Amino acid sequence: MTPTQPAGPWSRRTFLRRTGGLAALGAFAAACGGNTGRPASGGGGGGGGSNTVLSQWYHQYGETGTKEAALKYAKAYDKAAVNVQWTPGDYASKLASGLLSDKGPDIFESQLNIAMVQSKQVVPLDDIISDVKDDFNANDITTNTVDGKLYGIRMIDDPQLIYYRKSLLDKAGLKPPTTIDELITAAKALTNKNMKGLYAGNDGGLAMGGPALYSSGGTYLTQDHKPNFTGERALQAYSKLHELYASKSMLLGAPTEWTDPGAFINELAAMQWIGLWAMPAILKKFGDDVGVMAFPKLDAQGKDAVYSGGWTQFVSAKSKNVEAAKKFVRWLWIDKTDFQEDWSLSYGFHIPPRKSLAAKAKKLQTGAAAEAVKLAADNGFTDNPAWTPKMGTAFGDMLTNIIKKGADPAAEAAKAKKTSQAELDRLFG
Amino acid sequence: MSAVTESSTADGTKTSTGKGRRRGIRGSSLAFWLFVGPFLVGLLVFGYVPIVWSLFLSFFDARNTVTPTDFVGLRNYADMLTDPNFLSSMVTFTVFAVFIVPLTFALSLGLALLVNGVRVARAFFRSVFFLPTACSYVVASLIWKLSIFNGVRFGLANTVLSWFGIENIAWLSTVNPPWYWIPLVTVRLWLQLGFYMILFIAGLQRIPTELYEAAYVDGAKPGWQVFRFITFPQLRATSIAVLLLNLIAAYQAFDEFYNLVGNVNYARPPLVYLYSVSLGSIQDLGRGSAGALILAVIIMILTLVQSRIFGFGKAD
Repeated sequence: MTPTQPAGPWSRRTFLRRTGGLAALGAFAAACGGNTGRPASGGGGGGGGSNTVLSQWYHQYGETGTKEAALKYAKAYDKAAVNVQWTPGDYASKLASGLLSDKGPDIFESQLNIAMVQSKQVVPLDDIISDVKDDFNANDITTNTVDGKLYGIRMIDDPQLIYYRKSLLDKAGLKPPTTIDELITAAKALTNKNMKGLYAGNDGGLAMGGPALYSSGGTYLTQDHKPNFTGERALQAYSKLHELYASKSMLLGAPTEWTDPGAFINELAAMQWIGLWAMPAILKKFGDDVGVMAFPKLDAQGKDAVYSGGWTQFVSAKSKNVEAAKKFVRWLWIDKTDFQEDWSLSYGFHIPPRKSLAAKAKKLQTGAAAEAVKLAADNGFTDNPAWTPKMGTAFGDMLTNIIKKGADPAAEAAKAKKTSQAELDRLFG
Repeated sequence: MSAVTESSTADGTKTSTGKGRRRGIRGSSLAFWLFVGPFLVGLLVFGYVPIVWSLFLSFFDARNTVTPTDFVGLRNYADMLTDPNFLSSMVTFTVFAVFIVPLTFALSLGLALLVNGVRVARAFFRSVFFLPTACSYVVASLIWKLSIFNGVRFGLANTVLSWFGIENIAWLSTVNPPWYWIPLVTVRLWLQLGFYMILFIAGLQRIPTELYEAAYVDGAKPGWQVFRFITFPQLRATSIAVLLLNLIAAYQAFDEFYNLVGNVNYARPPLVYLYSVSLGSIQDLGRGSAGALILAVIIMILTLVQSRIFGFGKAD
């Protein structure tokens, strides 16, 4: 091409400019779209046979094989393509952002609080559970019900307890603690140069705050939605948590958090606060040398406490396929009992929320697992949907100040009560 | 034939006129927008639109929604300005800035003087100290948390302490004494010293050698005297820029706090608190937006005050 030749509409340079510009715009537009868990084009994906595409969000479970299991269930569904999004890290924040728009999940796991209902983030699921509602654990129904409507189908129940090494307690001449004072004594006795007595998280044991409150006879809120965590006995329980922390018998700075059995398995602590999900890994390491106990009662007037956590499946109200999402939830978490059994027992241990499934869960009928199930049945308490994350944050800040800073429990509880009351006033008028 | 025509002016220089020139300008203009456009759109979409939207949200009760309808006026601002957690996050920032700003300034200047003074392998040393700047704050925080400052016997810091018979320290969990400041400050120093060192090296290289020669002729002694009366005054503009950037960066601290100590009230800088209020599980985007704008205004005021005090931008 000579220098004097007029440039055509698609010269090399023009072509590069235009296609480059388009590519840049395309890349930019793609970046704007974000990863919603859905494929770029409609249809396709998992099950096939339908143009409906559903996005299902999970947090990252620690137990090996769970992600593959979730993918297997999604693939087995043939009424819609289900794309599983597995979220490591801060799932709660990602989910909260995702629920602000229709780019988020169609189906997701979480725990219900009343703000989700008032903000119209979730849809009622009474119609898909009505014929089997009585087969679900009553606590699991209560924790997902607001104003008479049920918003979530419980997937798994995860009681949280204290695991201990029987041999270490025997060696120290101790019985499993039955009161908080005995727990403090045991933690001190089991502490040596290489091992601490108890591990309940690097935050000093905030996870035990709720159980400590219940062990004193208190609750987060009363039935008529009033703060109920500031009574004299509750304050005593918080002081005991500080006493435990100050005894220098708690493991702090562990590489893994309390939700992972690593610290206990690696013998950094003789006892650990953790959920039933860790039972298989712990039994594999220590066999019969493992016992479990509830958070012990504050004193003779108190009661043992087992927080029964877990995960619940919800359908986003902003989903473009609400009915299809409800059908999938019904299929997976109500109809497909084999998948529910697999999810509860094949990886970590969880109690199936369905009574009929829990009754035939053989892996939960012997040894420490059976003891955990019994403790959960006798002493379990679960989330109150009126207890919102804002109240939870205020409660956590209160505990941090009491446990770690040794602040006055009454003054700290008064601050948390003020925040909670303001939130309750907003929610219930 | 080219459309460009050439003509000569009275002084003999040639100028281009005609269609070709116009096409050239159009071409340059197209290229400009092609390269700048996507970034400009990005700046608008991800920078200015969120700021304007945040301003809008700050006047509404925006819990669990970004399209609120319940106008609350200045209530969110009043809430944040009387929120003890927000105020205590400012205290956390102040403590952090008191540690990090002077330390970063002194150490990066010292490093720049050392590296600039070496005769051999200068590029190697510059690269070595600059490399951490390329590391992610999250990755560095995890290394600090899991390998160096974990609280058990096999953490690097505790292993070293054990050689001297000192018991394990739970670096990130102990409030009395507040050991958590050591990992928080050291990780940021490791990450950002190299960047500020490069700024100082650039400043050092702008100092005319004649100044030093003149000083030596006048009897100045190499070392502290030359640094005190020649080098440091000549680095005034760089020093002010480093201080300003450092202070703003300290205000924006998030990653290392979030990854090392989490959302704990005793070490919660403003951004971590605002994140938990607006984007965390609380999802109160109205209050979070109000807090973010209050923080932005504070940063602007402090920056302006600091600039005025140090005379930033004035001729030397």
